[in-house]
Amino acid sequence: MSQSVIHRRSLLAGLAAGGAALALPARFASAQSAAPIKLGFQLHRTGIGAAYGRWYERTAQAALKRLNDAGGINGRPVEILFEDDGTDPKRGSEVVEKLATQAKCDLIFGPLFSHVVIGSAPRAGELKIPYLVCSEGFHVASGALNRWAMQPGISDVRAQCTSVAPFVTQNLGKKVTLIFPDYAFGHDHRDYFSAAVKAQGGEVVGMVAIPPSETSFTRYFPRIPRETEVIYHVMIGPAVLTFVKELGQFYGKRARPEIFGFIDSLEAVDLNSPGLEFLEGTHFWEGHCRNLQADATEHEKAYRAAVGVDDNGASVSDARDVSTYGHMFSVWETLSVIRQGMEAAGYQGVADRQKFVEAVEAMTGWEESADHPQGRKVFNGRTHQVFAEQAISRVEGGKLIRVHKTAIEDSFYPDAVDYTTQSF
Amino acid sequence: MFDPYFLLALLEGTVTAAILALTAVGLSLVFGVMRVVNVAHGEFLMLGAVVAWYVATFVPGPPLMTWAAALVIAPLVVGGVAALADRLVLRRLNYEAEGTIVATIGLMYILQQAVLTGFGPGARAVEPPFDWMIDTPWFGYSGYKLAVVGLAALVLGAVWLFMTRSRAGLVMRATQIDRDMARAFGINVDRVYALVFALGAGLAALAAVLLVPVQQAHYLMGHDPMLMAFTVVIIGGLGSVRGTLIAALLIGLSDGVISFYWSPLLAKILATLFVALVLVFRPQGLFGERA
Repeated sequence: MSQSVIHRRSLLAGLAAGGAALALPARFASAQSAAPIKLGFQLHRTGIGAAYGRWYERTAQAALKRLNDAGGINGRPVEILFEDDGTDPKRGSEVVEKLATQAKCDLIFGPLFSHVVIGSAPRAGELKIPYLVCSEGFHVASGALNRWAMQPGISDVRAQCTSVAPFVTQNLGKKVTLIFPDYAFGHDHRDYFSAAVKAQGGEVVGMVAIPPSETSFTRYFPRIPRETEVIYHVMIGPAVLTFVKELGQFYGKRARPEIFGFIDSLEAVDLNSPGLEFLEGTHFWEGHCRNLQADATEHEKAYRAAVGVDDNGASVSDARDVSTYGHMFSVWETLSVIRQGMEAAGYQGVADRQKFVEAVEAMTGWEESADHPQGRKVFNGRTHQVFAEQAISRVEGGKLIRVHKTAIEDSFYPDAVDYTTQSF
Repeated sequence: MFDPYFLLALLEGTVTAAILALTAVGLSLVFGVMRVVNVAHGEFLMLGAVVAWYVATFVPGPPLMTWAAALVIAPLVVGGVAALADRLVLRRLNYEAEGTIVATIGLMYILQQAVLTGFGPGARAVEPPFDWMIDTPWFGYSGYKLAVVGLAALVLGAVWLFMTRSRAGLVMRATQIDRDMARAFGINVDRVYALVFALGAGLAALAAVLLVPVQQAHYLMGHDPMLMAFTVVIIGGLGSVRGTLIAALLIGLSDGVISFYWSPLLAKILATLFVALVLVFRPQGLFGERA
């Protein structure tokens, strides 16, 4: 990307804004001057990801309001078109197509569930539209997707597993049994947490794979070997509460292994639901702390207020409506990256999509700020993946209290791909 | 060697069988009497769970009371919806086989989308009526799940008594055996059909009220029970209540045991294979009569 191009583009923008756009053909004048920038949001409004969808939409709306209040992007207002994909891979690719070709969005962002992302990203690549996912899966950094797919808002599972494994083996136990959903996202946990535990001198003594559509879990628990010292669980979908409850019932009042869970197993679920009392004293990974911590920054508080979340991580208007706080910051931060990328690229219209991707690839990270309330980030432009600090929290009195914060560097691993060498 | 987990496998299998039997017996009844393959049966179950959630949330009182209220209200509401569907849709199709299959597929989507619109896409929990835990030296088990088995047995017993001993049951059986002859004897076949369709849906709703404290109400929850109910009904013989009960026990228990020692996926594969074998070698089902 040459500097002169950016200058010419920003000059054009200035001219257009100044009214000189009249000299251009009318169609371009409206597209390049005051017309809003249209961002497509691939939303899990229904299907098994609906709890995330509800909160991803609210987070996006809050971030959008803040963005437009501050003047939009390149002096233009921004609008977001939400399109439901039913948390379904097939519909996901159709949504990408619709947002790109019918709605003519400048880019698409927002999907979470890894099977949907993996099913949709190839279509985004074919249509040559930037596709910014908030998905956690290792599929971006593994090189499985394409140059149009990026994950600048949330760290991937491989990084998360790598950075929390030392805490688990040093504080909870060395013989670990993994319980995970039997599909792409769960397989990332299986592969990279196992590897990280071995690297720490621990041992994976059991692996329990559960189909993501499962609704009854008790029958899986006898497969947890008796020698297990730590249960590592991560579950998704509408049945997560049942999963955790039945785990508690299975152990009853007897001695049980230590429990380390990913908050995915309880996103959008009230920790004080009946049947979850046994979680007291267990540990959770959190991408972002659900309960307001004593050392919360001003940016964190402002973000929480903007999205409408109380100190316990529930909606300010309904205490029973618990958020997906551990993940949804990724939507806010992705929109921040979109603004920065479009500004750096002097983005004017769909013809500049490639420049936008190149501009984001050139970024190296962000400080903790109002744009990045979850914390400092390191961005790897070659793998299109961001790295972040991770929180490990302990359930104390029905609240998640952070007991450890990993350093960003703890989560690094060797690059598996260099997207910048791939063609667009 | 005694394996305590075998006991757990049997417990889980029995609970599965109980819910399955309640769900499948309604499906079987509807097919037996009306010759209607009700693809929307799973959605009646889902609707029952949703009604149970509304009752638990908006009726004041302790969980035991609201649960008991749901046991009465959910089957009535869902039965009413079913009777309406019978009146507005199935009767107009004259209960013709292909037409009713397509119509109930449509009904399935209508119910699913209506619940999605009104109730929303989230899964919502209903508190169990009591918090009684059984603690064995090897594992804990929810006492409520055992109560489910007992209640399901009671309801199934009542259905059996109703069908064999009551006048309404006699009329239903007469309609099942020969619709035209029943009409000739002055039986209002239309009313019998509406009643049977409502009864079938009501039984699914009852199963849902028992299930929902264990599973949560969700607009997509009807799909799996529907498939399992068809499995059971095909194995047991469409229209045979006795066959349905035995098949439910067979499938439920084998599902429990196979899931424990191998995998739940294998249990489903074997059940499906069993269905295929039954269809090839004994198309009328294990206990069905030849058409």
